[in-house]
Amino acid sequence: MTHLFATLASPHIHLAYWQETLIKVVLVLVAVPTATAIIVQTFLFKVMAYMQSRLGPMEAGPHGSLQLLADGVKFVQKELLAPERADRLVFGMAPVIVLLSTFMLYVVIPVGPGGAAENLDTGIFFALAVSSISVVGILAAGWASANKYSLIGGLRAAGQLIAYELPLVLGVVGVVMLAGTLNLQGIVQAQASWHLFGHTILGLHGVPFVIPQFVGFLTFLVAAQAELTQVPFDMPVAESELVAGYQTEYSGLLFLFFYIGEFGTAFGLSAIAATLFLGGWYLPGFHAHGFGGDLLGFGVLFAKTMAVAFLIFWIRFTYPRFREDQLQAFAWKLLIPLALVNLGVTALVKVVA
Amino acid sequence: MASTVSDRQRAAYVAGQAADARVNIELEAEGMTLNIGPQHPATHGTLRIVVRLDGEQVIWAEPVPGYMHRGYEKLSEVRTYPQVTTLINRIDWLGSFCNEVPFILAAEQLMGVEAPPRAQWIRTILFELGRIANVTLFLGDMGVQLGAITPVFYAFRDREHVLNLIEGATGGRFHPNYDRIGGLKEDLPKGWIDETKDVMKKVRGFCDEIEDLLMGSEIFQARCRGIGVIPPAIALEYGMSGANARASGIDFDIRRDEASPLAWKSCDWKVWTHPDGDSFARYWVRLQEVREASKIVDQLLDSLPSGTIQAKVPRIIKVPAGEAWVHTENPLGEMGYYVISQGGLGPFRCKIRTPSFSNISVVPWVLRGVFVPDVITILASLYFILGDIDR
Repeated sequence: MTHLFATLASPHIHLAYWQETLIKVVLVLVAVPTATAIIVQTFLFKVMAYMQSRLGPMEAGPHGSLQLLADGVKFVQKELLAPERADRLVFGMAPVIVLLSTFMLYVVIPVGPGGAAENLDTGIFFALAVSSISVVGILAAGWASANKYSLIGGLRAAGQLIAYELPLVLGVVGVVMLAGTLNLQGIVQAQASWHLFGHTILGLHGVPFVIPQFVGFLTFLVAAQAELTQVPFDMPVAESELVAGYQTEYSGLLFLFFYIGEFGTAFGLSAIAATLFLGGWYLPGFHAHGFGGDLLGFGVLFAKTMAVAFLIFWIRFTYPRFREDQLQAFAWKLLIPLALVNLGVTALVKVVA
Repeated sequence: MASTVSDRQRAAYVAGQAADARVNIELEAEGMTLNIGPQHPATHGTLRIVVRLDGEQVIWAEPVPGYMHRGYEKLSEVRTYPQVTTLINRIDWLGSFCNEVPFILAAEQLMGVEAPPRAQWIRTILFELGRIANVTLFLGDMGVQLGAITPVFYAFRDREHVLNLIEGATGGRFHPNYDRIGGLKEDLPKGWIDETKDVMKKVRGFCDEIEDLLMGSEIFQARCRGIGVIPPAIALEYGMSGANARASGIDFDIRRDEASPLAWKSCDWKVWTHPDGDSFARYWVRLQEVREASKIVDQLLDSLPSGTIQAKVPRIIKVPAGEAWVHTENPLGEMGYYVISQGGLGPFRCKIRTPSFSNISVVPWVLRGVFVPDVITILASLYFILGDIDR
């Protein structure tokens, strides 16, 4: 299959498998904290501050641009505390599991015609599967903390994440049906060459799946919001009720892991949404190949991802939160039937047209 | 070195600590006891509420006040009358000026002094500004308790203008200490009236904004409508007052229904009630209250009488022996002072009736059977201030 940024290396240089793997691992390890930093700096610090008519961090560096560095240093130098009755092993492992799921999510995101850490045939299936591993970590964190607030938070998270796996998957299935593949590169290619009932839009080649799959896009966004435990679905960490839910007892680096897990996944899921529904790295009218294509694709995907992330955070900063029973009712009585109807219509149109 | 604490006392202390620890840690077989507070983000202060849960449903709840008790009733017995206002400023710290007024009125009643009309007018204006400063914060804070973090910043932004006005007139943003027996500390500064009118426009704008942003939100309505319903009979039984009682349909407002030297009777405004008695009704009534307060301020500014602001009182204030009870409609509800004087420099006894203390007494009744997230909504909508509970 495609080598990682295959065009970067000239045909004469052939990397050994371990060398290639090492480069991929390093790239993913760099990508996740960078993406988290971008999300936090842009949305949590500046966009949120703008929406709330305040300035946000201004002291550390020009316009607070070094605030993250200061925060990171603060987290690293704090003592790792564990409650007396905590299950130490599980308590320490839980944030690692959450972080692991975030890192694995980044493996399959295609950033250009030749660029993805691993171009799996079951790409989107893999992404959804690994993103649900974090439930285990969150439940473990809630249980191992020996704190009633954490326990309630962990159990709420488990119920919520399981309920919203389903609409997340159902939102994706429509796209998979249209593209005819689970491979994320294949889905991007399908959008690049797809025509709405044989027509192009504005004469440009390719139609992003957000147009035929608008309901699917909405379902996916709402479910992603719930997966990320963001307002209005943030009961697991509801700070006004449960102090900080399953994160209550965590400090220092372990808390930072949860933090990176949350916002890294926010970027990751936004990138998946951009890939599935907005055409991924493909920009209509441009057909760059090689390294230039990868670079352009990376920029295009980044812009689309930030647009989706903006939607997610905009909702986060605007709405109050649901109650769990309302959230479950919303998932099972509205979102899932809507996604199923969307699937049926998609299948019908696909067969008839 | 010998300890001054006896073994018996130490044993009692240890047993008390152990009982607290059990509440915190033990997972009982029949339900779970959850200790909300005294350190908890939702109790804005140090209120402690012990709830027993079945799953996430509350089967029993008990508020435990007293973690911030500062003994103002006792302290006021060893202060002179002008000094007491400094203490009672800190009871309801968001609308401090409103705490001073009933006490000063009680002292004036005992002395047989009446402040000149201009002073009464300015007292009423500042009273209503205190109400706006207090309740706007509630309007935003309710969002925070529900998970919407943005409205509270808007509340703080527009409350800032009101605090600036209070600072401009009194010199203090939080604790004005401005009311004097027989009048006021000083007259209004130049340009204050025009600025106040501008700010009242901003306050009404804020009300429209929050109505649109928070109260109109479907999720807000789903979380608040039909939650924490308090029927009028129960509200009366537990001695609830203010907006909490009016949200249960009790049409009572001391400003309108009882005689007062202050100037509310001379303007045109409305007392809003709501028939539902749920969290939403309490929010809605308070929102209307801010609007009415801004209207009152506007009208009083237009009809502000000229003249002196201080009646003649002796330099050293001695209050003749007697008893006086004065209550007013404060931002949180009915606040009153029962002052007993024996002719000294300070009160012999001063009983302070604070609204929040009575309002949270309904908590065991209203929390039974609700879910943990609704506990927070209901507590937020009952709107208490810890200084007002514990005083």
